[in-house]
Amino acid sequence: MQAILEIERPEVEMSARQLAQQPDARPVIRLDQIHKTYTMGDVEVHALRGVSLTINEGEFVAIMGTSGSGKSTTMNIIGCLDRPTRGTYILDGQDVSELSKDERADIRNRKLGFVFQGFNLLSRTSALENVELPMLYADIDATERHARAMDALASVGLAGREHNHPNQLSGGQQQRVAIARSLVNRPALILADEPTGNLDSRTSIEVMEIFQKLNREQGITLVLVTHEPDIAEYATRVVVFKDGRIKEDHNVASPRDASLELRLLPDVEEDED
Amino acid sequence: MNILSIIRIAFLALARNKMRAALTMLGIIIGVSAVIAMVSIGQGAQASVQAQIENMGTNLLFISAGAQNVGGVRSGAGDTGTNTLTAEDLDAIRREVPSVAMVTPNVNARSQLVSGNLNWSTSLQGVSEQFPDVRKWTVQSGEFFAETDVRTAARVIVLGQTIADNLFPGTDPVGQTVRVMNLPFRVVGVMARKGQDPQGRDQDDTALAPYTTVQKKILGSPRLQIAYVSAISQDATYTAQAQITDLLRQRHKLSASDANDFTVRNMTDVAEAANETNSIMTILLGSIAGVSLLVGGIGIMNIMLVSVTERTREIGIRMAIGARSSAVRTQFLIESIVLSLTGGLVGIVLGIVASLAIPLMLGWPTLVSTSAIIGSVLFSAAVGIFFGYYPARKAAGLDPIEALRYE
Repeated sequence: MQAILEIERPEVEMSARQLAQQPDARPVIRLDQIHKTYTMGDVEVHALRGVSLTINEGEFVAIMGTSGSGKSTTMNIIGCLDRPTRGTYILDGQDVSELSKDERADIRNRKLGFVFQGFNLLSRTSALENVELPMLYADIDATERHARAMDALASVGLAGREHNHPNQLSGGQQQRVAIARSLVNRPALILADEPTGNLDSRTSIEVMEIFQKLNREQGITLVLVTHEPDIAEYATRVVVFKDGRIKEDHNVASPRDASLELRLLPDVEEDED
Repeated sequence: MNILSIIRIAFLALARNKMRAALTMLGIIIGVSAVIAMVSIGQGAQASVQAQIENMGTNLLFISAGAQNVGGVRSGAGDTGTNTLTAEDLDAIRREVPSVAMVTPNVNARSQLVSGNLNWSTSLQGVSEQFPDVRKWTVQSGEFFAETDVRTAARVIVLGQTIADNLFPGTDPVGQTVRVMNLPFRVVGVMARKGQDPQGRDQDDTALAPYTTVQKKILGSPRLQIAYVSAISQDATYTAQAQITDLLRQRHKLSASDANDFTVRNMTDVAEAANETNSIMTILLGSIAGVSLLVGGIGIMNIMLVSVTERTREIGIRMAIGARSSAVRTQFLIESIVLSLTGGLVGIVLGIVASLAIPLMLGWPTLVSTSAIIGSVLFSAAVGIFFGYYPARKAAGLDPIEALRYE
């Protein structure tokens, strides 16, 4: 088993590195001296104290850190849910650090895809309608909306489950619906916030397999926030936060390969129907 | 973000919680149907009083001898003790007042009518040949007496239906004879059935004879108590009222400081007073029902506020995936408008059904009013906007980060 892993790994590593290290690689995210200060009563809390980070197209970056390290704040700023107090944020070539609430909503809709720990699907709403939702806000017409949602669901392996409601789907399936939802508006970047936090280890690997596939086969840029080191190992680059600063930023020499690991895991009875 | 997509989103959101949507609508449904039913009861009453007044006569004015106050002695209008209205006065009115079309005196004698072995006590009214036209009352069989009968004080009589039924059961009274105070009268006609007057009196329990006959043969007095005058048009009733007053004052040689010794009443005034009473009733009923509509609106606001809190996470998700604040606000606003408007439409249907059922079940006349329907629709839409705006604004003002974290 070990031998097979050894043989398979370098290939993966090469493709990821090639993308990330191309001299003309286009930066998707450029954070420059980002500061974020919250005022809680009389106390100023410095959540971020000068974070600079560049993420290129096609990278799969894991952001790690303990709670209070600033990784969630960074995530919110990258996700245009929040604005930095100071510093510049350039997303996909556009300065988004000073945008209004509505402009940020449009950016989130068109350029970003979100995957959350708690799935955050609309209850009592079919998988298909959940996936169609971002396109509804992007004014995409019904026919195309439907087609793209069906494609996205198929690409995460949920063909045939389009009309199930979230409560009729397992956790892994719900997370896959959320991934499909994050994909449909063809974003420049997918942000995943603890996407495996609510999942068991096998399902976690399945979700990571989807992420790796999207990254390798479609070149989608991924930023994943996690506190689990073994999940971070699926990424090609790991950024570690501590006390509002980047403490560590390194490429992963040989990322884990989720599809390979799944093949090697003993089959389990699928009891999700 | 176009408005159609938002409307679609609002409908999908409502469809996810049908039970709650239906219960929320109930308040508006009850409010709107109550308003419509109450206003149609009011308007029905108004219409029936209107019809009854119309039925009293054509552009009718009412002159009575005497006044409320003559020489410090208070007396009711039409008091038989007064001698201030004469046949000559009426002739003068007919001749000299251009806005007057027809005149009939009306002398009243309570009498017993006898036919064979049957008798019937009734009011015998002495009138002129113009009476049927003035009072909008047609003859059903036979004919009304003519001007010559009035001039010659002929002993002819026209019976109301109630008398005809009681004195001549099963036979046609025309051509027969009735006796009044032992004087034989020839029955020349029978009036059509008129029914009850607004006060509930049986208008068919009356007999009509030439006023000259009644004055000379029954009462033995030339006094006139009251007269009915028909003006040439509805608008002319006011002119006629003024002109008659002037003419009578002149004929009665009253100086400027003297009070009228007669009374002229315009039935249009009476009709308007009755109308006003009924409008007040309609407004009162409508406002009481309106309160329930208001309560229904507050119910919507309550549910929408609960809904915003309960759906905080949903709002967070929508914002995270790109809904602008305005889209969220519009969505919630549309939800509440849809609730109130749908409730309003259902309420209209129920209100109309109730308005149609009330006459059958309670016997009250109703008249479904278009303005009440339009008003209810506008009001329920306004309720939706007014009571939906605050919750919608609250939803739109949420911070997506906080909203996503909300458990």
